[in-house]
Amino acid sequence: MKRCLIVDDSRVVRKVARRIVEDLRFEADEAADGAQALEFCRKTMPDCILLDWNMPVMNGIDFLRALRREPGGERPTVVFCTTENDMSHIAEAMRSGANEYIMKPFDSEIIESKFNEVGLC
Amino acid sequence: MNSQDFDFVSQLLRKRAGIVLGADKMYLLESRLAPLARKEGLPSIDDLIQVVRSRRDERLITQLVDVMTTNETFFFRDKTPFEHLKEAVLPVLAQARKGQRIRIWCAACSTGQEPYSIAMMIDQQPALTGGVPVEIVATDISERCLERGRQGLFTQFEVQRGLPIQMLMHHFTQQDDHWRVSERIRSMVTFRKMNLMDPSYTLGKFDVIFCRNVLIYFDGPTKTEVMNRLAQSMNPGAFLMLGAAETVIGLTQAFEGAQDRRGLYKLSSKAVKAA
Ligand SMILES: C[S@@+](CC[C@H](N)C(=O)[O-])C[C@H]1O[C@@H](n2cnc3c(N)ncnc32)[C@H](O)[C@@H]1O
Repeated sequence: MKRCLIVDDSRVVRKVARRIVEDLRFEADEAADGAQALEFCRKTMPDCILLDWNMPVMNGIDFLRALRREPGGERPTVVFCTTENDMSHIAEAMRSGANEYIMKPFDSEIIESKFNEVGLC
Repeated sequence: MNSQDFDFVSQLLRKRAGIVLGADKMYLLESRLAPLARKEGLPSIDDLIQVVRSRRDERLITQLVDVMTTNETFFFRDKTPFEHLKEAVLPVLAQARKGQRIRIWCAACSTGQEPYSIAMMIDQQPALTGGVPVEIVATDISERCLERGRQGLFTQFEVQRGLPIQMLMHHFTQQDDHWRVSERIRSMVTFRKMNLMDPSYTLGKFDVIFCRNVLIYFDGPTKTEVMNRLAQSMNPGAFLMLGAAETVIGLTQAFEGAQDRRGLYKLSSKAVKAA
């Protein structure tokens, strides 16, 4: 089973996202900020990461840049999932190594469509 | 709503648009007609139907048909039709047409995601058509949908269904809460109102027809009639793309399936001779 790491500081969002990715047959793990996520990835690289932008301690974009420098860190497919919904944020995310981008609010259809886009399901 | 009213509306829909409304669709009918009654300043659906019955008000009938259409669509819907277009249709046509333009018709385009998907694909890969100019005509019975298509304005939800983020970045700009497809892409598509039931339409001949997810609403004889008419609007060697739940089998001899390409058909040589 593929593993998906859900990175978001909102417990509610993590819970909703978990339900959706589990329905898509992923094993889900959670992290509440970028630092926790990085620590997690150093132990076990997930297959994909659903990533919020604004979080305490370490935000999503800093996490992504750090991840891509880690050994094996180029492997996970990273899908941003954030309320930042303007072109400059999208462009910055893509430049920093994101594979897809979801603008909140999201639902199962959008996650499935985007996962489909990057060959995850 | 009583059953007589239901029968009246469903017969009207069938006659005007070919749409068959199952007896279990009472709820659907009510949920769609209530907002129309309100918009028309009428106190109830019963009054709305009364007005339609007695006055035979064309404008109102058109609107009633419009609200009863199901307009579900999204960018690059089902993916494979667009792969067929890219791999098996456009390269063949580019060769065959040799400089003449390629004409593509989306025969039930709803709010425009389908024709715009085709336009974006062609714009991004000009080699596909070998520089041959392409014209995309998009038609629907719903004026409400066509107007949205012409504007090219989509909600955040709509641009996240089927549209890769790179394409959003490339072809759209943000406009308040919405996303607008670029002038360049919009200019590749012409929207026109057209009823597939109308026996006298004339849009010229096409090389590709996308007629997807609309035949499902029609009964067998209507499907046959509509497909045979599509055949008459096709150049020799033209292609037809149907929706995932649609087929020509048992309905018409005008088309033959393309090998290993589900949903893709070619105008049969018999049909070419007959025309
Ligand atoms: C479900 S949408 C399909 C949109 C698009 N082709 C797709 O596959 O995503 C069906 C469309 O058919 C249109 N339609 C229904 N009856 C029609 C008719 N008689 N003539 C033309 N369009 C019709 C509806 O207005 C609606 O927009």
